[in-house]
Amino acid sequence: MIWNPTKECMSREQMRELQGKRLHKIVEYVYHNVPFYRNKLQEMDLSPADIRTIDDIVKLPFTTKKDLRDNYPFGLQAAPQSEIIRIHASSGTTGNPTIVGYTRKDISIWSECMARSLTSFGVTRNDIFSVSYGYGLFTGGLGAHNGVETIGASVVPASTGNTEKHARLIRDLGITGIACTPSYALYLAETMDKLGISKDQIKLRVGAFGAEPWTENMRTEIQNRLGLKGFNIYGLSEIMGPSVSYECEEQNGSHINEDHFFPEIIDPVTLEPLEPGQTGELVFTTLTKEGMPVIRYRTRDLCSLIPGECPCGRTNVRMSAIQGRTDDMLIIRGINVFPSQVESVVLTMEEFAPVYMLIVDRVNNLDTLMVQVELRPDYFNATLDTPAAISELEKRFADKLRSVLSISAKVQIKAPGTIERSEGKSKHVIDKRQLF
Amino acid sequence: MTVSQLSIFIENQSGTLVKVLELMRKSRIQIIACTIADTAEYGIFRIICSEPDRACAELKAAGVAVAISDVFAIELDNQPGGAADVVGTFSEAGIGIAYMYAFLRDGRGILIFRTDNEAEAKEVIVRKGLHVLAENQLLA
Repeated sequence: MIWNPTKECMSREQMRELQGKRLHKIVEYVYHNVPFYRNKLQEMDLSPADIRTIDDIVKLPFTTKKDLRDNYPFGLQAAPQSEIIRIHASSGTTGNPTIVGYTRKDISIWSECMARSLTSFGVTRNDIFSVSYGYGLFTGGLGAHNGVETIGASVVPASTGNTEKHARLIRDLGITGIACTPSYALYLAETMDKLGISKDQIKLRVGAFGAEPWTENMRTEIQNRLGLKGFNIYGLSEIMGPSVSYECEEQNGSHINEDHFFPEIIDPVTLEPLEPGQTGELVFTTLTKEGMPVIRYRTRDLCSLIPGECPCGRTNVRMSAIQGRTDDMLIIRGINVFPSQVESVVLTMEEFAPVYMLIVDRVNNLDTLMVQVELRPDYFNATLDTPAAISELEKRFADKLRSVLSISAKVQIKAPGTIERSEGKSKHVIDKRQLF
Repeated sequence: MTVSQLSIFIENQSGTLVKVLELMRKSRIQIIACTIADTAEYGIFRIICSEPDRACAELKAAGVAVAISDVFAIELDNQPGGAADVVGTFSEAGIGIAYMYAFLRDGRGILIFRTDNEAEAKEVIVRKGLHVLAENQLLA
């Protein structure tokens, strides 16, 4: 089902024309209402009149997370405070949180985008739908909530916490849909096991999962354990919240609500736009936002855009799953390398524990990469009892790494427990290069 | 016909060997023979010891990469050429020796080795009447 066929199935020409008109309007709007953007455009000798079509977007300056922090709290807000009806704040693990104010129209567009997403997942007004993202400063809870109300399903604002009570409600109310993080979905499945609630006692059939990266393996596990079909929903508070993009029944990339959020993929180093299909940093421009519009916001998420029509009938462009973060990117011999790529290879080899360390150095003006992995005691066996067998294992791992990274890495196999584990975000890189 | 040998992956760094040996002391495991096959970065520490199954389980529980490999223990005739006779027997049968080490017990040499074809090696041992030792004979 498609919530808004006019906007979700527009011809490409019409879409680009609409985007061009909206881009011109939003640039004019920020130019007159946000000194930060006015100064930037003036420095570049640009005026809103120079931005006529969507292709002109490449002339505009980028906005970064740092710009948002530097203008804390309301420096980038374009609408007067009297027009703002809600304020969200993103977690500020480093420095100031990001404050985002929404006008009534912003909330209405957000609800519309959320309704498009939920409809794409198969949710209708006949569903009983539990929102288990946190309600509060985080955009997930209220964002999803508004979307469920918009399509007219019965919303159960479960939020997070008190998972046992939630599990019982899912059974007793016959809840059919849920929005939450994929890790919460797994936790919920465990809680149900603990309570003795089996899959055939519940009616869950649709899951809207997002707010954190997840894998196809996780999808399979969640689907098997909860007996539902799980869909990806992507969003970020700087742009709107959940429903910037959403999967359809094809589950081959997430359709972007590009009449509101214009996507670009750039090379995170040169900042040049990349060809469709290439992987790079995802950049969004909000085309219709009033409260806090952003121009060419660098998300630091890495993915690619999937051009072409989707068998589901939607014409709006799709984005691939997020493949990493630019924050983690290393440039080794001119090639972009992400620790997450190494991780994906490590996870395919059962001989190794799921820990690894990248050690980057420069020897004789040439970058070197060494990847350390650890043997798993439970997978160590008699076939590995010779140096030749270990070096064969090293070679197999190195070959896999080269095919994924496009550069060769030296591999070092370590004894169990010798690679440092750190609490929370584990540190996976030691860069010994003294470049400056 | 074979005896159990512990094969332990250790890094080629000071302190790693003694860590394993201390664990074995704590488990009251006695080493009968051992050798290390080393490379620049790591080594495979091979040990013939008392109670190999318990030793392996306890080392594994302590997070050591250890496995049990089946190896042959053959007593040699105590005269020049004794080892050559044994190894020659296998090479004539087209069986390769993967690795080998030896120790002396009560004045008699004992050869520990693994072949690349255990099934055929067993046949050769029976056919040639080699003096193969069982685990309980080694530990006695």
